[in-house]
Amino acid sequence: MNATMGRYRAVTGHRLFWPAAVLVVMLAANTIYRPGFLSIELKDGHLYGSPIDILRLSAPLILVALGMTLVISTGGIDLSVGSVCAISGAIACMYISKQSDQNSLAVVLTALAMALGVALVLGAWNGVLVAVIGIQPIIATLILMVAGRGLAQLITQGQIITINSEPFRAIGLGHLLTLPLAIFIALAAALLVAAFTRRTALGMIVESVGGNAEASRLAGIRSGRVIFLAYVLSAVCAAVAGFMMTANVSSADGNAVGLWVELDAILAVVIGGTSLAGGRFFLSGTIIGALIIQTLTTTVYAMDISPQTSLLFKAVVVIAVCLIQAPAFRARFARRRRGAPKPNTIADKPKEQVPA
Amino acid sequence: MTDSRPVLTMTGISKSFPGVRALHNVNVRLFPGEVHALMGENGAGKSTLIKVLTGVYDTDEGTITLDGESVSFSGPMQATAAGVSTVFQEVNLCTNLSVAENIFIGREPRLLGAVRWGEVRRRARALLARLDLDLDVSAPLGSYSLAIQQMVAIARAIDIKARVLILDEPTSSLDAGEVAQLFRIMRQLRGEGIAILFVTHFLDQVYEIADRITVLRNGGLVGEYLTAELPQLSLVEKMIGKELDVLEGIEEHSRRDLTALEEGTPLVAVSNFGRAGAVEPFSLTIHAGEVVGLAGLLGSGRTEVARLLFGADRPDGGQVVVDGTASSLRTPAQAIDHGVGFCSENRRAEGIVADLSVRENMILAMQAARGWLRPIPRRRQDELVDRYVKALNIRPADPEVPVRNLSGGNQQKVLLARWLITEPRLLILDEPTRGIDIGAKTEIQKLVTQLSDGGMAVLFISAELEEVLRLSHKVAVMRDRQMVAQLANDDSLDADRIMQTIATGSHREEADR
Repeated sequence: MNATMGRYRAVTGHRLFWPAAVLVVMLAANTIYRPGFLSIELKDGHLYGSPIDILRLSAPLILVALGMTLVISTGGIDLSVGSVCAISGAIACMYISKQSDQNSLAVVLTALAMALGVALVLGAWNGVLVAVIGIQPIIATLILMVAGRGLAQLITQGQIITINSEPFRAIGLGHLLTLPLAIFIALAAALLVAAFTRRTALGMIVESVGGNAEASRLAGIRSGRVIFLAYVLSAVCAAVAGFMMTANVSSADGNAVGLWVELDAILAVVIGGTSLAGGRFFLSGTIIGALIIQTLTTTVYAMDISPQTSLLFKAVVVIAVCLIQAPAFRARFARRRRGAPKPNTIADKPKEQVPA
Repeated sequence: MTDSRPVLTMTGISKSFPGVRALHNVNVRLFPGEVHALMGENGAGKSTLIKVLTGVYDTDEGTITLDGESVSFSGPMQATAAGVSTVFQEVNLCTNLSVAENIFIGREPRLLGAVRWGEVRRRARALLARLDLDLDVSAPLGSYSLAIQQMVAIARAIDIKARVLILDEPTSSLDAGEVAQLFRIMRQLRGEGIAILFVTHFLDQVYEIADRITVLRNGGLVGEYLTAELPQLSLVEKMIGKELDVLEGIEEHSRRDLTALEEGTPLVAVSNFGRAGAVEPFSLTIHAGEVVGLAGLLGSGRTEVARLLFGADRPDGGQVVVDGTASSLRTPAQAIDHGVGFCSENRRAEGIVADLSVRENMILAMQAARGWLRPIPRRRQDELVDRYVKALNIRPADPEVPVRNLSGGNQQKVLLARWLITEPRLLILDEPTRGIDIGAKTEIQKLVTQLSDGGMAVLFISAELEEVLRLSHKVAVMRDRQMVAQLANDDSLDADRIMQTIATGSHREEADR
């Protein structure tokens, strides 16, 4: 009995439990509404079905949100990611569109390298503004958020650049081992970022700087470098996401690519359990957060909720998700429902942890 | 002086947290017009008792009566409304708000919903005048020292018609003059019939002001005593529950021959080192194995000296010589490269990273020195952490708990461990024993002696002269942001002479420099 309870608490107490539970509930609701929702079929050697779609469509958001997680963990925020998506997409498409052989792999790789190079510069720009000059992150990245749209327009000369390049299109719509290539790209990025932060001491140092900047400085951490790195990484992640977004439609629209993705990314990070105040970050939580947001978008379409009310619907669900995640809210809710709290329930947790 | 009926009684109070019995069957009585000292080591249950009393925690068992009526507060606000006000140990005010706003926050005088700011300022001035404080009530609280902030917190507490005032270590950041000022206020309030529950670690202060003492140990009640009938030594014995011979070993070690240490190249020598608005230019030489005490009143520039030597603040000018080579100490990272470590007095803001675990906090400085690309292998981390958790007796001994869950004394030890792991050659300790219990204090003092025996230089800053005298080879005295003297700690040096130097600022040429 006690062992069962202990295991029960270990599961519900895990920081990923509530985000994962929300995701499962959403999928279940969809399945009830449309029984075929979870079915996956093999057609022409590719897997098709709503779950696959959700994974594929959430790939760009996962990428953006991974970089955002690190930035938020330092105590900052990066509003410019949407613009960086647009710029990198525009550069890649522009370069490819100028070439005679758009299907050449070398052309596409050159385009990607160029766009990534520019993204590095953009990330460095943000990093310098925040870490060297000391501008507040929300203002510093707002500059590129606004100016970046203009920059993307300049690159495309105000046109929507359409290309016809198979290798580029594959980034968004290609397949590997029956699954969409985008899923593998997102997965690889997640593993890379995880290795980059957790196999080195970068993760801990970022958390330390975000948790207490002055204490970190006095412990000898050169926080400027770490913060700079976080913004550069965020821009690179956004650039790759930008490739996916433009590849999905084989065109670059400086105004539309990555529009408002920064807000979805911030939301995914917060749902994943990383505090906007900085400090501890959770990459796996961020990924689940991004999946929740994409599932929500898919649900809105699947349930034929009218476009006029869909944003409101999303807002209500997001509020519910955030509330369910808040331990204080759960405790209050549980207590009200049960009357007096019983031992070994969530409501039983003390208001504060044990003082020593 | 005291009435026969207590204004507040706590009977049979018990409180447990998962795995910890914080209080067990504790009784406390407070009489009107008395100062009642609550004594005990860290972890004895003082803070828990106060939190139970003010409704931060629920009780598991026991009753609280106020004026003979059973009460149970739902939180400090309700307790305050009923006349039980608390000034907590860590100043819980908003430094970005003005002094007046801080005093009246949450209960501003209003007219039709609008705050009457003129009235707020007028009443704030009146209150502070009662405490003999002349402050600009419109200035941000953060522009005043910690000590003044503490006084503002007390002003906030006594404004409400308090019958019981709880002061949780109010004096830990005050200098002697400010303590005297606080005691004058406490006596005044006592005269008005207020019962004051006074928590402190300073024994002298207890004997100066308290009428009655309640001692807790390990969550249990040891007893209630009249101060006049309890000798100081018995009090300490009751608090720590063992004979107090731990300090004796330290005495023998100090006052060693300074000349032996001063041969050879100094580890660090600074000259004409200063920073406008912080501390006048000073010169100081520190040798390996030497403990240099830094004495002076609060605000005399002690911390500023430490921060300059660690590169936490940039000096305006001056020369730095490390190991006989001209050098500079302009950033903490640079100082650490030279083998300097610094434990700030401001543990919460400048020391621990609350979110991170004990282990991560401990290895932070070492990891920072290696750079993020060269993580310390996990096995090595565990080795180091395990060693220092044992050596410094850190509790709980679980390196993976967030450091914020530890008590103040244990957090201090974690910080010490953070620097000891880097094997510094000069360790700067700014008030390392402030606000921690006598057992932990003794352990830290012992450690300082051991470290200097092992060749480490220590700059030791403390408001307690006895402590400085016990540990130091030489004592640098600060006064009004100037280093006014450096005195060799020989037989002729005692607390009186240091205090005299602090008071008069006179240079003595028999000093070592």
